[in-house]
Amino acid sequence: MTSASTQTDVVGVASTRRWRFPRHVAVFLGPALLIYTVFMVYPLLDSLRLSLFSDEGAFVGLSNFKELLPGGSLSSSFWNALGNNFIFFGFHFLVQNPVGLLLAVLLTQHLLKRGKGTYRTLIFSPTVLSVVIVGFIWQLILSPLWGVVSTPLLGLTSTALPTLSLMSVWQFVGIPMMFFYAVLVGIPEDLIEAARVDGASGWKIFWKIIFPLLLPMLGIISIITYIANLNAFDLIYSVQGALAGPEFSTDIMGTLFYRSFFGFQLQSGSTAMGATVATAMFIVILLGVLMYLFGWAKRVETYEL
Amino acid sequence: MTTATASRGSDRTRRGLSKATIHGILFLYTLVALVPIGLIVMNSFKTRRAIFDSPFTFPNSETFSLKGYETVWERANFVRYFFNSFTVTLVAVALVVLLGAAAAYALAEYRFTGNTFLTLFLAVGVMIPIRLGTVSILKLMVSLGLVNTLVALILVYTAMGIPLAVFILAQFFRQVPQDLKDAARIDGAGEYRVFFLALPLVRPGLAAVAVFTMLPVWNDLWFPLILAPGESTKTVTLGVQVFLGQFVSDWQAVLAALTLAAIPILLLYIIFSRQMLSGITQGAIK
Repeated sequence: MTSASTQTDVVGVASTRRWRFPRHVAVFLGPALLIYTVFMVYPLLDSLRLSLFSDEGAFVGLSNFKELLPGGSLSSSFWNALGNNFIFFGFHFLVQNPVGLLLAVLLTQHLLKRGKGTYRTLIFSPTVLSVVIVGFIWQLILSPLWGVVSTPLLGLTSTALPTLSLMSVWQFVGIPMMFFYAVLVGIPEDLIEAARVDGASGWKIFWKIIFPLLLPMLGIISIITYIANLNAFDLIYSVQGALAGPEFSTDIMGTLFYRSFFGFQLQSGSTAMGATVATAMFIVILLGVLMYLFGWAKRVETYEL
Repeated sequence: MTTATASRGSDRTRRGLSKATIHGILFLYTLVALVPIGLIVMNSFKTRRAIFDSPFTFPNSETFSLKGYETVWERANFVRYFFNSFTVTLVAVALVVLLGAAAAYALAEYRFTGNTFLTLFLAVGVMIPIRLGTVSILKLMVSLGLVNTLVALILVYTAMGIPLAVFILAQFFRQVPQDLKDAARIDGAGEYRVFFLALPLVRPGLAAVAVFTMLPVWNDLWFPLILAPGESTKTVTLGVQVFLGQFVSDWQAVLAALTLAAIPILLLYIIFSRQMLSGITQGAIK
C-alpha cells in the first residue's frame, strides 16, 4: 500500500495543502468515520474495558481472566473450546487450501477450452448460501433417520467436530479457488513458456515457478480463514445448538462466548464473562495476525510481475 | 493465443493430464458441490413416505406433494423475513459503498493532517471481527432504544463493511489518472463534482465491495439473533433457523423451508455470477 501522502501534488489540490484539513475532506470522511467509530471501534474498546469489571460494575482488574485459567470456573470449557477451534481451523487449512488450489490449477489449464465459467460458477455456489442453510442441509443428509449415511456422524463425540469442519470446508472451498485463480491467471505466459523451452517439466514448473508466486496469496487466505474460524458460531449453533453437543465436543470460541454472555440452562449470563471471553478471542486472533505478519508475510517473497 | 495452441501438445505429453481427466475431476467436484443442494430441493416436493423410502429419486405423480410448503406458508412469515433481509442488505450495502467510496477517495486523493493515522485506524477494522464487540453493541442499542429494529442491524453492518470497503476502494482510486481530475478542476469543477466524476471509473472496485459486503450481511445469524430476534424484524437466516428448530421432526416442512431460503439466493447468484466472481477476483488481487 502506497502512502497517500506521496500521491498528489497538483494544481487544484495544491491550495488545500495550506489548510491541512479542508472542509471537503471532512465531508468525505465524516460519515464513514462516525458510523465506524460509534458502532465498531467504541464497542470493541468498551468490551475490552468491561472485561476488567464485575457484573456489578466494580473494577476487578484481571480477576475475570483467572476464571479462564486452570482452577477457574470457565477453565475447562475455555481450553476445550480453544482446542476445538484450532482443530476446526486445521481442517480448513489442510483440506480447503489444497482442494481449492487443485481446482484453480485445473481451471487455468489451456486444454480446458469450454466449461471453465460454468465449473467456476457451480463450484462456488455453496459459498453464497447462509451457513445456517448449509448446516441444516448436511444435518438432514447425515441423519441416520434418513438412512443415506448409517453412522450418526454428528452425534458421536469422536466424529462430530471433523464432520462439522468438513461441512464448512465444503461450503467455502470456492474462496481459495477464486483467490488462487486470480493469481494464476495473472502469471505471464512468457514466464512459463521460457521455462518450458529450457526443458522444465510441468511438475517442475509448478513447484519452482508457480507455487512461489502463490505463497503470498496462501498466507492471505489462511489468515482470513483463521480470523473467520475463530469467530465462527452460526454453523455450530444451527446444527448442535448453543450447548455444542455431544458433550461439548464441538464447542468453539463463538459458542462459548454466546453461552457466557447470555447464559444457558442453570448458569446465568454475565456481561463481564462475555466481555472476558471476547477479549480472550481478540488476543488469540491478534497472536495469529502477528504470527502471519512477522512469521509469514516478512519471510515469503512477493514478486512483481 | 498462439503460445497456448503451441503448448497444447506438450501439455499432454509432459504433464500426463488429458482434457478428459481435467473435465472428469472438475465435473466430479461440481457434483460434490451440487448434489447435497439438489437432494434437498428434490425431496421437498415429495410425500413424507417417499422422502424416506426413496430419497434419490425424482418426485413422480404418485410421490409429488406440496404439503411442506403449505406448512411453511401457514406457520412462518417468510414474505416478511425476505422483506426484512432485502431492506437490511440493500441499505447497508448502499451505505457501505457510498460512505466507503467517499472516505477512500479522501484518503487516496488529498494530503492532510492525520491521513496516515486515519488510514491505519480504518485498516485495523479489516482484521478485527466486529462480533467481539457484541456485549457493548447490545448495551449501546438498548440505550439508543434500537433493539428489535432493522436500523440496529443496518448500523452494525455498515460499520462492519466500511473498513474493507475503504481499503479496497483506496487502491482503485489511486489508479484514476491524475490528469483527468485536474482537467475537471481547471474547468471549474468543485471537489465534490470531481469525486462523482471519478466514481464511475472505479466501478470494478465498487462491484467487489458490494459482493464482499452483501453476502456476510444477508447470511448473518449472529446479529439478528442478538439485536433483532422479534417476529417482525426477523431476517431470512434467523427465520429459517428458528422455524427449523421448531419443526425439526416435520421433514417435509424443513425441506421446503430450506429450499425456499436457498433458491432465491442461488438464482440471484447464477444471474449475477459473472459480475460477482470477477468482483471477487478484482478484490483479491488488489
